[in-house]
Amino acid sequence: MSDDIRKKVFEIIAEQAVLEVSEIAPEHSPQDLGLDSLALVESIFAIEEAFGIEVPFNANAPQQGDFDISSIAAIAAAVERLVAEQRGA
Amino acid sequence: MRRVVITGAGTINPLGHSVSETLAAMRAGRSAIGPLEIRDAGRLSVRIGAQVRDYVAEEHFSRQQLGLYDRFTQFALLAAAEALAQSGLPFPDGRTERAGVVLGTAGGGVGTWDESYRAVYEEGRNRVHPFVVPRLMNNAAAGHVSMRWNLKGPSFSVATACASSNHAMGLAAQMIRAGQAEVMLAGGSEAMLCFGGIKAWEGLRVMSRQACRPFSADRDGMVQGEGAAVFVFEEYEHARTRGAEILAEVAGFAMTSDAADIVMPSREGAARALAGALADAGLAPEQIGYINAHGTGTAANDRTECAAVADVFGAHAGRLMISSTKSMHGHLIGGTGAVELLACIMALREGVIAPTVGYRAPDPECPLDVVPNTAREARVEAVLSNAFAFGGFNAVLALRRA
Repeated sequence: MSDDIRKKVFEIIAEQAVLEVSEIAPEHSPQDLGLDSLALVESIFAIEEAFGIEVPFNANAPQQGDFDISSIAAIAAAVERLVAEQRGA
Repeated sequence: MRRVVITGAGTINPLGHSVSETLAAMRAGRSAIGPLEIRDAGRLSVRIGAQVRDYVAEEHFSRQQLGLYDRFTQFALLAAAEALAQSGLPFPDGRTERAGVVLGTAGGGVGTWDESYRAVYEEGRNRVHPFVVPRLMNNAAAGHVSMRWNLKGPSFSVATACASSNHAMGLAAQMIRAGQAEVMLAGGSEAMLCFGGIKAWEGLRVMSRQACRPFSADRDGMVQGEGAAVFVFEEYEHARTRGAEILAEVAGFAMTSDAADIVMPSREGAARALAGALADAGLAPEQIGYINAHGTGTAANDRTECAAVADVFGAHAGRLMISSTKSMHGHLIGGTGAVELLACIMALREGVIAPTVGYRAPDPECPLDVVPNTAREARVEAVLSNAFAFGGFNAVLALRRA
């Protein structure tokens, strides 16, 4: 399950960044991949749609809201946690 | 050159159903932002807004009229009536072929769209009200104001998102200067506090769920409002000859485009609009005592706006006052510049600067005098009103004491 989530998050980020999944490293930040604020908002929308979850993210205060976007690995981990919480898995 | 003055003002917005109620709320620093009371509010993640309260449309309009008037049109008609009453103009009689109306709105009849989509998609009906098109069109409000007051000169609507009202008022002033009209009703109206209207904004992730705190270090986004304000713009000699009371002079206007990003503001584009308005008005930076900020309460706008003001005003940036009344009436989107012009007129006429309420902590990136939390008495000779819209469109008005 966890590997599936991580794989899907990487695919979503790759599509937004117009990159191959193989080009994305876990330690990359969204900025490293050229994702601007609009692309980040669209990525989070895609994540919410893909997993059926609500992501607490405010573009005015991206560091707040308990959703770590400092790296792709951090985003994947946060999504795993939200899926577990919100689906009761 | 022909000069343009303001001889009437009218409004209905979250702070009040008239200019006097609105200015009293601004003086008191009272915020109208609160829990949204709309259909399906429970399905929203953003549940606060600044609504026009205690408003009963049937007290103002007949059933036949309400069949044609979306909420944004109702607001515009009420504001226009108050403004014209103050002006003392004889409309619908008089030389109305030399008078027109320009109103800004970003969304037009959003509530009409929302209800009609519900009917056909959610409820599965195959029929909508026959007047859906004339209700929802962006120029409906301007059209009904023209019809109600027999204004037969140039009239149209302007849609430049959050700068719609400022563009409308600036264009109206230019038309009087150019000799195309003697009188123009100008301002803006917006009514998108319905489920679909708020859902759309939610998606952008720039809305606060707590409060609108412009320039405060802990700000976390904008809060939507609704309402309208309309002004009577009049050629100076025309107003003087008939002995009208002049509220302020529309001294200058400038508009620029960032040509950069559809949502992120540009310091350079904003600065060029500020400098352009000063130049058009023939004002030196040191003559500006107050700026009504765009001040949305988003991280990006407030930081960028303060930097642009610093670029244009230099050392004087630290001496002038700048406040965002959106902290009280919310962001009226296409109607916002019009309601905010009321704060500018109050500053010039009454010497009262409306505050930025909800301010809790200074932000080093917004190091200006934002008139935090409490209104202030100060004599000012000239003011600016900023609007910076999605699309990268900037529109700044300059007003001078009458």
